[in-house]
Amino acid sequence: MKILVCISKAPDTTTKILFKDNDSVFNEDGVTFIINPYDEWYALVRALELKETLGGTVTVLHVGLASSDTEIRKALAIGADDAVRIDAEPNDASFVAKEIAEFAKDKSFDLILVGKETISFNGATVGGQIAGSLDLPFISLATKLDIESNNAIVEHDIDGGIEVLECEMPLVISCSKGMAEARIPNMRGIMAARTKPLLVLPSFGSQRLTNTIKYSLNPGRTTCKFIDAENAQQLIELLHNEAKVI
Amino acid sequence: MAAKTDVYQHPDYYLLDELLTDEHKLIRDTARAWVKKEVSPIVEEACQKAEFPKQWIKGLAEIGAFGPYIPTEYGGAGLDQISYGLIMQELERGDSGLRSTASVQSSLVMYPIYSFGSEEQRKKYLPKLASGEWMGCFGLTEPDHGSNPAGMLTNIKDKGDHYLLNGAKMWISNSPFADVAVVWAKDEEGVIRGIIVERGMEGFSTPETHGKWSLRASATGELVFDNVKVPKENLLPNIKGLKGPLSCLNSARFGIAWGAMGAAMDCYDSALRYSKERIQFGRPIGGFQLTQKKLAEMITEITKGQLMVWRLGVLKNENRATPAQISMAKRNSVHTALTIAREARQIHGGMGITGEYPIMRHMMNLESVVTYEGTHDIHLLITGYDVTGISAFE
Ligand SMILES: Cc1cc2nc3c(=O)[nH]c(=O)nc-3n(C[C@H](O)[C@H](O)[C@H](O)COP(=O)(O)OP(=O)(O)OC[C@H]3O[C@@H](n4cnc5c(N)ncnc54)[C@H](O)[C@@H]3O)c2cc1C
Repeated sequence: MKILVCISKAPDTTTKILFKDNDSVFNEDGVTFIINPYDEWYALVRALELKETLGGTVTVLHVGLASSDTEIRKALAIGADDAVRIDAEPNDASFVAKEIAEFAKDKSFDLILVGKETISFNGATVGGQIAGSLDLPFISLATKLDIESNNAIVEHDIDGGIEVLECEMPLVISCSKGMAEARIPNMRGIMAARTKPLLVLPSFGSQRLTNTIKYSLNPGRTTCKFIDAENAQQLIELLHNEAKVI
Repeated sequence: MAAKTDVYQHPDYYLLDELLTDEHKLIRDTARAWVKKEVSPIVEEACQKAEFPKQWIKGLAEIGAFGPYIPTEYGGAGLDQISYGLIMQELERGDSGLRSTASVQSSLVMYPIYSFGSEEQRKKYLPKLASGEWMGCFGLTEPDHGSNPAGMLTNIKDKGDHYLLNGAKMWISNSPFADVAVVWAKDEEGVIRGIIVERGMEGFSTPETHGKWSLRASATGELVFDNVKVPKENLLPNIKGLKGPLSCLNSARFGIAWGAMGAAMDCYDSALRYSKERIQFGRPIGGFQLTQKKLAEMITEITKGQLMVWRLGVLKNENRATPAQISMAKRNSVHTALTIAREARQIHGGMGITGEYPIMRHMMNLESVVTYEGTHDIHLLITGYDVTGISAFE
């Protein structure tokens, strides 16, 4: 079985978020990046588990610049067989999906796995767009994935319950929590990653359809205000004038 | 005791990560992830019960903590010295006892077998030690000879087809469960030799030392040799004299210099977080100047120590690190860590003495670390000797 796992990177969750160029660009200075957890913990690890039981290969694909090679090496250390990086700035979801589709279209992958979303941009559209471009079925937010003969058996959360789907391969699946348990690379994996192939390809020149104009941060949590029990009038005034809820 | 999530974030005030390769960072992050997952949730309980959790052995082997710099053909990971340092840093960030177990296996057991052993000895022992199938210990210290190991009484006598080993070693990390012991003993001419003793040899026993207030998650014991017949092929052929054990200690001390910084960083990280969360007199205690003085001095000392061990790692990679330079770093790192642990304990107030926070455990552990592998004062005398050329030992 041939599995393609698409990985993106995201700032470590403890990163202080700052912007530059009139708030239109995320400032990466001093930021530690990690593989997007949905891609690493669920998509990649489940792909490796399937490979370990059914045989086959796991390729990781990343659209991004050379600074991402650290994260790609980690994916190889965890166990992917080879890696591909499409050398382009991944700043538009439709562009990224098109690039992945262009790469994958003649490679006959049985499964294309993506994380349900990146934890930074939370767009959650790349998987669907890849499937659209390749005219493949797409199952989103999968929490369990098994293979029976040529079919993928997929569980996914629905409101108040679980839906079990069956779909013939090839298909695209976006992976969510529950599908696998995060793996820590071991030393043998880290050493093997040194010599595993990392193919760098130029961009296929897909079109960018959106353009970020501006970022801004949530106002964030403000401090609590304590009001004396006798002072109900002050509470009402604050709820009315400041919180504007009554 | 409820297992708490380990939220450690490592301080890097001078962006020293930029001095590391991607592979260094991957190795460090792997060790850190393993410690967070497998060590932090149970280490307090292990210390309270004074038990070394045996399940750690497999994980230590997998993250490359047993013989990181031993070549791969002998089962090691074939890594450089900075990688070794980083692994020790992360392990000791978890617990000094855990790091001690890995230090002993790597620097005090695998290193001498690799450096001074015959090809047969390397092939027989190293792969099994790297995989954790066998655990090793290192017997140098004796009841009456600690800082002055040259005075040792343990001895071997050539009996033709074997050596007869007699004597006793004390304070030996891993001894209660070790499968092999690298033991230093004097031959009939009074020359110190290294010999590999295996569990099960007649007359060899390893009573455990109980009642420690320090390194409680690491097993410590004695090695007692009562007319033990050791096969001749177990003698390390390629080393004679005190140089043998001392070069092992060099390697271990290098790891401790990195390791103690890990303990220091853990104490600082915990104190910094606590000082922002704990409110007294209506504001976070981190807002008071006296707390800030403590924190500011901690991060300054940590940054200095990080730079020192990184530079030492570069020198060691180039085979240029002198024993005296390693002594200086071991002494500085452990002293830094102990001072920070004590200050961090104060910042945590009463909570600082409980197992809810790692501080008191680090502090008590470091009381061993400041003594073993050359005491704080002995390392000072080494530096003194190095800069003056005059020995103040005797
Ligand atoms: C938990 C633990 C684990 C250990 N593990 C091992 C192990 O695996 N293998 C092993 O071989 N050993 C091990 N040791 C032993 C350790 O290396 C010794 O404790 C250490 O070398 C000090 O020896 P000592 O305890 O006999 O103290 P002493 O040598 O008696 O020292 C007592 C005090 O006198 C001072 N002193 C001694 N000589 C001088 C001098 N010339 N000038 C000034 N001051 C001096 C010392 O600095 C110290 O403060 C371990 C120790 C501990 C506590």
